[in-house]
Amino acid sequence: MALLEVNNLGISFGGLRAVNEFHLKIEKGRLYGLIGPNGAGKTTVFNLLTGVYKPNEGVILLDGENIVGKKTIDINKAGIARTFQNIRLFKDLSVLDNVKAGLHNHYKYSTLEGIFRLPKYFKVEKAMDERAMELLAVFDLDKEADTLAANLPYGKQRKLEITRALATEPKLLLLDEPAAGMNPNETKELMETIRFVRDEFHMTILLIEHDMKLVSGICEELTVLNFGEVLAEGNTSDVLNNPEVIKAYLGE
Amino acid sequence: MKKMSKTTRSNLITYLMVIVIFAVVQIMVSTGHVSSLLQGLLVPLCAYVILAVSLNLTVGILGELSLGHAGFMCVGAFTSAFFSKCAVEAVPAAGVRYFLALLIGAAAAGICGILIGIPVLRLKGDYLAIVTLAFGEIIKNIVNILFIGRDDKGFHFSTKDSMSLGLEEGGKVIVNGPQGITGTPKDSTFVVGVILILVTLFIVLNLMHSRSGRAIMAIRDNRIAAESVGINITKYKLMAFSISASLAGVAGVIYAHNLATLTAQPKNFGYNMSIMILVFVVLGGIGNMRGSIIAAIILTLLPELLRGLSDYRMLIYAVVLIVMMLFNWSPKAIEWREKYSSRFRRKNGKSAKEAA
Repeated sequence: MALLEVNNLGISFGGLRAVNEFHLKIEKGRLYGLIGPNGAGKTTVFNLLTGVYKPNEGVILLDGENIVGKKTIDINKAGIARTFQNIRLFKDLSVLDNVKAGLHNHYKYSTLEGIFRLPKYFKVEKAMDERAMELLAVFDLDKEADTLAANLPYGKQRKLEITRALATEPKLLLLDEPAAGMNPNETKELMETIRFVRDEFHMTILLIEHDMKLVSGICEELTVLNFGEVLAEGNTSDVLNNPEVIKAYLGE
Repeated sequence: MKKMSKTTRSNLITYLMVIVIFAVVQIMVSTGHVSSLLQGLLVPLCAYVILAVSLNLTVGILGELSLGHAGFMCVGAFTSAFFSKCAVEAVPAAGVRYFLALLIGAAAAGICGILIGIPVLRLKGDYLAIVTLAFGEIIKNIVNILFIGRDDKGFHFSTKDSMSLGLEEGGKVIVNGPQGITGTPKDSTFVVGVILILVTLFIVLNLMHSRSGRAIMAIRDNRIAAESVGINITKYKLMAFSISASLAGVAGVIYAHNLATLTAQPKNFGYNMSIMILVFVVLGGIGNMRGSIIAAIILTLLPELLRGLSDYRMLIYAVVLIVMMLFNWSPKAIEWREKYSSRFRRKNGKSAKEAA
């Protein structure tokens, strides 16, 4: 069974059909790319997958369970975590606290235990610190643990967002244009990071990207969206050589 | 681990500051350096400090603007004064009665916070500010038309006047509309007020540095991202808002038990008061509890201390406001402060190394 299976997904905003008869099938452990020209509906698909928008029709099966109609927080609990096109960090919190916020649903104690500093508070906080530092070390951010997230350089902010998403222990990680605004060197480093995340965490990753070097470099399969519909799908090299895809990207 | 000790140290400094100020004031009072007018201001001052800290929880930590904090204070003040007056005979021990009054005042204000928060905290932006502003005014006006009396048959309510309560002989009017509640036992003292300030700080600071506080601040910084990592927005917003409201209720209890006659006027429970508390918070630094305390103390005592200067009093007050504002928020001042504090820290680090 595929980890994520989407069928006949559609949503309209007023008269605009933003996504129509969208389908997607991702096997566990895959690195999957979602590409398409600007305004094709890629981010809308992400918002549908994470419950930000409710689809007008269609099914989204995560590990066989239909998650359509669930709230964002429940979808996160079910196992989908994401990053954002325009970085959304908790910018006035430290790097460490950003990751600890991601651990929120996995390390628990009650508010009263927190206020009155009962033993459980110290125990759980210590475990949280350890786990968060472990994750930060993976992404080489552990030296900046005390820095405010807003003060990190751009590339590291992207990494921190991925770290925070991974802290929620997802089954599926959605990356929305992770390489946006990066120079070629940073992009190269990012590609390695993404591949590393997949291998190290046995993660399934779906990413939106415009940078074709990144897409052809790491994605194993692709779906191409154009005007809200699937234009092509399959093996990366096959899809990128598809004349229709080239037409959609470059014009005639 | 290093970070933990840093926040713990910062919290300890805040507690210590309150205790030192308390000790200094006590010494000054016992040596007769404090005028009776200022002495009368000490208990309300404790209430203002608690109000400032609790509003800072809403404004600085939750990131929502509330303009009705005096309303929650009003709820706490009147419910607790009502209770204390009724229970003077039933619970003769002042300590126990005051403790119960605190619980009742805090609970009533907290419940109001939840009731207002449920519909309004779902909205974004300035809606909360407007609704809380209206809430404060509504509470003040309701209290002004409320008449409650008590006789052998039980309690009587009216919204017209004390005559229409229809009390039997020997019955007493407890809440007398615009005349408010008279004869509340004066149980609040400066010592109790300072203890309650410390309790408030304990609750707010520990909340800030716990799992729930992190969730609240995450929502403040980015609601959409907080949702995406599985944080329950409504729950934590409501939690912060109702804790803030019930602490304002505590301030109301202190305030009410310091007055012979408790009335709801624009001056003490109107939006002027709410704005005043907001000024404490903004001047002290949004999200900075220690700053709120200092601002509340300075801005409460300043008009009294400057009384001798008569005509120049309000001028100096205004200048102090502007200077504090500049010091806290102008980019150049922040730059200068950061430079200064980092140099200070480096020096400390060096001396620590030398000591080692």
